[in-house]
Amino acid sequence: MIVLQEFTQPEFDLGAIVPIIATFAAAVIGVGVDAFAPARRRAIVHVSMAVVALTVSLAWAIAAVGDAPVTTFNGALAIDGPTVFAQAAIAIFTLLSVLVYTERSLDPAGDAFTPAGASMPGSEVERVLTLQRVRQTEVYPLTMFAAAGMMMFVASNDLLTMFVALEVLSLPLYLLSSLSRRKRLLSHEAGLKYFLLGAFASAFFLYGSSLVYGATGSLNFTEIDAGISSRVGVDSLLLVGTGMIAVGLLFKISAVPFQFWTPDVYQGAPTPVTGFMAAATKTAAVIALMRVFYVALGGLVEDWTVLLWVIAAVTMVLGSVLALTQTDVKRMLAYSSIAHAGFLLVGLVSADEAGTAAVLFYLLAYGLATVGAFACVTLVRDAAGEATHLSAWAGLGRRSPVLASVFALFLLSFAGIPLTSGFVGKLVVFSAAFDSGEWVLVLIALLSSAIAAFFYVRVIVLMFFADPAEGGATVGVPSAGTTAVITATALLTVLLGVVPGPVLELASMAAEFVR
Amino acid sequence: MTFPVLTALVVVPILGALITALVPSDRTAKLTAIAASLVTLALTVVAALQFELGGPLYQLTEQVSWIAPFGLYWSLGLSGISLALIALTAVATPVVLGAMWNEADGSGRSVKAFYALVLVLQAMTVGAFLSTDVLLFYILFEAMLIPMYFLIGLYGGDKRQYAAMKFLLYNLFGGLVMLAAVIGLYLQAPAGQRSFLLADLVALDIDSTTQGWLFLGFMIAFAIKAPLWPLHTWLPDAATEATPSQAAYLSGVVDKVGTFGMVALVLPLFPDASRTFAPVVVTLAVISIIYGGLVAIGQTDVKRIIAFSSISHFGVIVLGIFALTSQATTGATFYMVSHGLSTGALFLVAGFMIARRGSRQLADYGGLQKPAPILAGFLLVAGLSGLAMPGLATFVSEFMVLVGTFSRYQVAAAIATFGIVLSALYILIMYQRTMTGPTTPETENTPDLRGREVVIVAPLFVLMIALGVAPSVVLDPVDDATQQTLDEVGVTDPEPVFAVEGGEE
Repeated sequence: MIVLQEFTQPEFDLGAIVPIIATFAAAVIGVGVDAFAPARRRAIVHVSMAVVALTVSLAWAIAAVGDAPVTTFNGALAIDGPTVFAQAAIAIFTLLSVLVYTERSLDPAGDAFTPAGASMPGSEVERVLTLQRVRQTEVYPLTMFAAAGMMMFVASNDLLTMFVALEVLSLPLYLLSSLSRRKRLLSHEAGLKYFLLGAFASAFFLYGSSLVYGATGSLNFTEIDAGISSRVGVDSLLLVGTGMIAVGLLFKISAVPFQFWTPDVYQGAPTPVTGFMAAATKTAAVIALMRVFYVALGGLVEDWTVLLWVIAAVTMVLGSVLALTQTDVKRMLAYSSIAHAGFLLVGLVSADEAGTAAVLFYLLAYGLATVGAFACVTLVRDAAGEATHLSAWAGLGRRSPVLASVFALFLLSFAGIPLTSGFVGKLVVFSAAFDSGEWVLVLIALLSSAIAAFFYVRVIVLMFFADPAEGGATVGVPSAGTTAVITATALLTVLLGVVPGPVLELASMAAEFVR
Repeated sequence: MTFPVLTALVVVPILGALITALVPSDRTAKLTAIAASLVTLALTVVAALQFELGGPLYQLTEQVSWIAPFGLYWSLGLSGISLALIALTAVATPVVLGAMWNEADGSGRSVKAFYALVLVLQAMTVGAFLSTDVLLFYILFEAMLIPMYFLIGLYGGDKRQYAAMKFLLYNLFGGLVMLAAVIGLYLQAPAGQRSFLLADLVALDIDSTTQGWLFLGFMIAFAIKAPLWPLHTWLPDAATEATPSQAAYLSGVVDKVGTFGMVALVLPLFPDASRTFAPVVVTLAVISIIYGGLVAIGQTDVKRIIAFSSISHFGVIVLGIFALTSQATTGATFYMVSHGLSTGALFLVAGFMIARRGSRQLADYGGLQKPAPILAGFLLVAGLSGLAMPGLATFVSEFMVLVGTFSRYQVAAAIATFGIVLSALYILIMYQRTMTGPTTPETENTPDLRGREVVIVAPLFVLMIALGVAPSVVLDPVDDATQQTLDEVGVTDPEPVFAVEGGEE
C-alpha cells in the first residue's frame, strides 16, 4: 500500500554547491566545444575553461572552510568542512593535472594521448592520424566530468547520490586510462581491467546499499544512523551491507585486498592521468568512506574499526613489501600508493576529529607530491616514449641533477623524512591514532614506513650513486605547464613540511562532518 | 632584542652551504666553506663567553612557535653539555673541511656538493645539540641522515652504496621507533596542554610502565646512533667506505648526537626507567667495550681498526652515562669531546697515510717511520690518545668514567678496565705493522706530511694535550649540567666504601 506523504518543496542551496556546478558546467560545455569549435582552437578553449572553472571552485571551496555546515537538496548533499576541504584539494589536483595534459614538447608526435582511442594499435589509421598531428581533446571534458563527480562524491549524503557520483567519476577514468599514445596495448588492458573490476566494485556498493536500505529503511545517512540506533540485537543484513559498501569504496582507494587493479592501471594509463587518478580519486574515496562510516554507520563503530584496523595493517605491510620487488617506476609508485592508502586508513581508525583533520592534511600532502612525481616521470624518456624501467633511471642525477633532486624530494616526502610534507602528514595521522589507543597499529605503520623507505631510497641510490647506463633514458625539456606543475608541487611539498601550521589549522577547522 | 647567537650557529652553516653550492669555481667553494665554518667557530666562542657557570641548566634560550597546532617550537638552549659538544663540532668542522681538500677531486662528483653537504650536516648536528624541543631534536636527528647518506654514498670507496644503504636503514629504523616514542610521550599530557618542549615533557608525571616503553623507543634510536653492541654493525662499514675525513666527522662528531641524547633527553625525561634499566644498559656497554676491542685486534684494515675502537670507546661513554654517578656522567660527557678529538685525529692521520699508499691493508705497510717520521709521530700521538695515555684528554675522561662507575658497579668497572689493555694492543699493533720494521720497496719513498696537512690536524693535537693538562675548561660547565640532570633523575652518589681519614666532615 502506498502512503502519500505531504509534499514539501526540497531546499536547493545553489550557493553551497558552486564548486560542483562550475566544474560540471566546464565539462558539459566542453562536450559542445569538442563538437563545434575548430580543431586548432579546441585545446586552448578546453584548458581555459578548465582553469577558470577550477579556480572558481577552489576559491569558493577555500572561502567556505569554517562556514556553518548545511545539508541541501533534500539531504542528498552535505556541504561541511571535509566536503569543501576535499573539493579544494580535488580542484588543485585537477588544475595541476590539466596543465600536465597540455605538454606537447616532450613526445615528438605530440601530447601523451592517442589521436583516436578507437583505432587499432599499430594500424594504418593510427599512423595517418599521428602524421596529421590530430590532437585528442576529449580528455579535457572527460577529466572535468571525473573531477565534478569527485566533488559530488565527497558531498554525497545518501547512498544513491553517492552511487551516481561514483559512476560519474569512474566512467571517464576508465576511458582516460586507455588513451595512452605509447604502449597502447598496455593502456587498453589498463582501461579494460579498471572498467571490469570497477564495475564489479560498483555492483558491490549498490548491493550493499540495498541491504542497508532493507535493514534501516532509508538511503539517507542521517536516517540510516537513526535506524541503526533504534535497532535491537545484531542485524546480519546491516553488517553484510556495511561490508559490501566498504568493498566498493576500499576498491577506489586501493586498499588490500582490493588493490589488484592498481599497479596495472597506474602503469598502463597515460602518466598525466595516473597522477590525476592517484591524487584526486584517493582523496574523493577516502572522504566518502569516512562520511559513510562516521555519519551513516556511526552506530557500528566497534564493528567497522576492527575491519579497518585489519585492512589498514595488511595494506601498509603488503603495499610496502610488494613495492620492494618492482622494477618499473610507475608500478613502484602504484604500490607506494597502496601503502599510503594503508597509512590513511590508520587515520580513519581513530574515528575522531583529530583523525579527520590529520587525514585531510595527509591527502593534500600526498596528492601534491603524487602529481609532482608523475609529472617528473613524464620527462624521463627514450625512443619508445617514457622510460619507466628503473634501469633507465640509473645515473640520472649526473645527467639531470635538478630533475633527479626534485624527484628525490618527492620520494623523501613519500618516505616521511622530516622537513617534507609527508613527515608532517604521518606525524599527525599517527599521533591521532596513538591518541585513540591504537599504538599497535602505529607501530605497524612505522615498521611499514621503514620498509617503504628502503625502496624509495633505492631509487635515489640508482639516480645518484649508480653510473649512467648505456642507452639509458634522456630527460626532455618540458614546456611551461609541466615545469610550473613540478615547481609548484615541489615548493608546496617543502612548504607543507616546514610551515604546515596554517594548513593544519584549516584542516582542523574542516574536520567535522555534518550529521 | 639580543642577537640570537644559538640560531645563528645553525643558520650560518646553512647559508654557508648555499653560497658554497652557488659559487663558480671549486676552489672558491672550498674556501667559502672553510670561511663559513670559521664564522661558526667565532660564534661558538661568543656563545661560550656569554655562558655563565652556575647559572640555569639551559642558557641563552630562544623560543619561537613553529607549528602551533601541535606545539612544536624552534626552541634552543645552551647547557654545559651542549656547549662542550658544539665547541667540538665548531673545531672539528674546519679541520675536516681542510682535510677533505683533495678527496673529491677526480671522483667525477661535484666538489661543491661535497663541501656544502658537510656544512648542512654541521648545521643539523649543532641544531640537535642545542634543541630543547623534543620534536625539533627528532627532526634534526632524522634529517641529518640525508646529507651523511649522500656523503658516504657519493664520495666513498668501492662498496659505498652498500655502506650508505646500511647506514641509512639502521638509523632510519631507529628514528622511526623513536618517533613512536616521541608521539607517545607527547600524548602523556592532557589534550589542550600538549607541547614538545623539553621543559613541559620533563615536568610530566609518567607511570613507570609507560616510561619503560618510551625509554626503550628513545634508547633504540640512540644505541644505533652511538652505536652500542649489538646495534653497531653499520658503523664499521660506513666508516670504512666513507672518505677518511667523513669517517672522522661521522664517528668523531655526528654520532655524539646519540650519546648526547642519552644524557640530555633520556635521563631527564625518563628518570624512573633510567634507574631501572641502567644495569641492562651498563651490561651492553661493557660488552661493547670488550667486543669492540677484541674485534679491532683481529682487523687487517686500518680504518676498520679505528671503527671498532670507536665502538669500544662509545661503550665507555654509555657506561659512564648510565653509571649515574656525577663523576662517571661528567667523565662520559668529557669523553665525548676527547674521543671526538682523538678518533678524528686517528682517522685523518690514517687517511693521510692511506692516500700515500692507496691501500687500507696493514700488510701493505711497514717501516714508514724512516721515510715519513712526522706522519709516524702524529699517528703515534693520535694512537696514544686512543689508548688513554696519561697527560692526554682521553686519559682524564676514561679515568673519571671508570672510577665513577666503580663506586656503583664494581664488576662492570673492573671488566671495562680491560678495555684499556685491549686498546693498547690494537693501537700498538697498528703502529708497529705500519711504522716500524724494515721498509718495503713500495713504502721506502713515501713522502712525509706536508705543511698543509700538519696545519690542518694540529688543532686537534693541541686540544688533546691542552685538555689533558687543563681539563677543567670543559669539566666545569659539563659538571654543572650533569649535576642538575642527575638531580632530576633522583640519584645521589654512593657513599665511598672507605672514608678518607681526616676528610671533610
